[in-house]
Amino acid sequence: MSKYLVNKFLYTIDRDPELVERYRADPRGTVEWWEAERANAILNVHSRERSSWLTFDDAEREALATHDYVKLFELGAHPFLTLTLCIALFERDYDEPLAFQKLYARNLSHFTMPYPDIAT
Amino acid sequence: MATIAAVIASTHHPFYYRASTSTGPDRPDFADEWVAKIERFRETLTRANPDVLVLVGSDHFHQLWLDNMPQFLVGKAPCYDANWYNEEREFGLPRMFFTGQEDLSAHILRGGLDAGFDLAFSNELRIDHSVTCPMITLRPAADLPIVPIYTNIFAPPLPQPKRYVALGKAIRDLVESWPSDQRVAIIGTGHLSLELGGPRQFGPHGPDPEFDRKAVEWIASGDVEKALGEVSLDSLWEPGNATHGFLDFMLMMGTAGAGEKADYADTLDLFHTMEAYFTWYPNGAPEPGIGESGIGGSAA
Repeated sequence: MSKYLVNKFLYTIDRDPELVERYRADPRGTVEWWEAERANAILNVHSRERSSWLTFDDAEREALATHDYVKLFELGAHPFLTLTLCIALFERDYDEPLAFQKLYARNLSHFTMPYPDIAT
Repeated sequence: MATIAAVIASTHHPFYYRASTSTGPDRPDFADEWVAKIERFRETLTRANPDVLVLVGSDHFHQLWLDNMPQFLVGKAPCYDANWYNEEREFGLPRMFFTGQEDLSAHILRGGLDAGFDLAFSNELRIDHSVTCPMITLRPAADLPIVPIYTNIFAPPLPQPKRYVALGKAIRDLVESWPSDQRVAIIGTGHLSLELGGPRQFGPHGPDPEFDRKAVEWIASGDVEKALGEVSLDSLWEPGNATHGFLDFMLMMGTAGAGEKADYADTLDLFHTMEAYFTWYPNGAPEPGIGESGIGGSAA
């Protein structure tokens, strides 16, 4: 399990407008590319100095590849990162203000306190 | 030595800018009341006539990331760019620019380190809506030099609540020992109960109105002891999964001082979250006194 790496995916996609669109259009392809090319890049470090050990587990990879924010919540991904990126991906598909955010809440309504641990 | 012109604690709501500037059918029905409250709150800073602003907030995974996460960080730079692409995208926030009060940053860093706070620093900090929201609400001209201070309220493990209170007090002591004749306002923003990315988000009120009621009372009455007695890192998950932002209110209670009642307190019950606005005048209210004039809010 790598909550850190899931968060790193959400964080690096969310801050790049081109990657946001790529992830919306092709989630599985974007996750595969990102895990192969970007997962071990240390942010703000020269590209030749990489980590060597970061991979998703199967559940994480599948949740990201299917935009499954409910599963990401269950896995302990940072909820701010998941929410912010999902708003960028899906809010545009709804006519009413906050309709997507409210649907997102309803889809998580089976979770009770304590929520899954988000500590990394 | 420098003078504390005002101590201000506020929620920071990234929707305010868009709500307050929208017109016609896009303008939400709560916008006029919200703007009226913000304008009264702004007056509490304007009347204090500050020269410099110390702004306490929290980076929302913009520049600070989990590979290198500071608990408390002081910006020390001549200039600060502000707001980020995803804040522009989601909230419509404008790009902003501030000058820095670098000698006060240096004074706070040196004094803070010597007082036992192992403060991180940044010489190139792009700041986010935790700092720009209060600038938009309280000083929209953004014409005063700033010292930004970031706290981690976001990525566990966090420091204990008492550390936020202690740091708040230390910031005040350090500003008061700054060899300068300038008037400094210390402004910090956080949250009451808040849920982000969880089942209780975007409801008709904040996720825990009872917590909000108690929290507003603690802040307005300066009841640091009660807040510390009832709040723990574990308990803050209960009112909403982003309620650790309340730790920045606790920091500002440390700055205002235990037992110090706010000279101005106001709230606004919005969807998703309750807004709350507090001002203290440690050196006496500017004339005419805010509380006595009844210009808004409630004199606590």
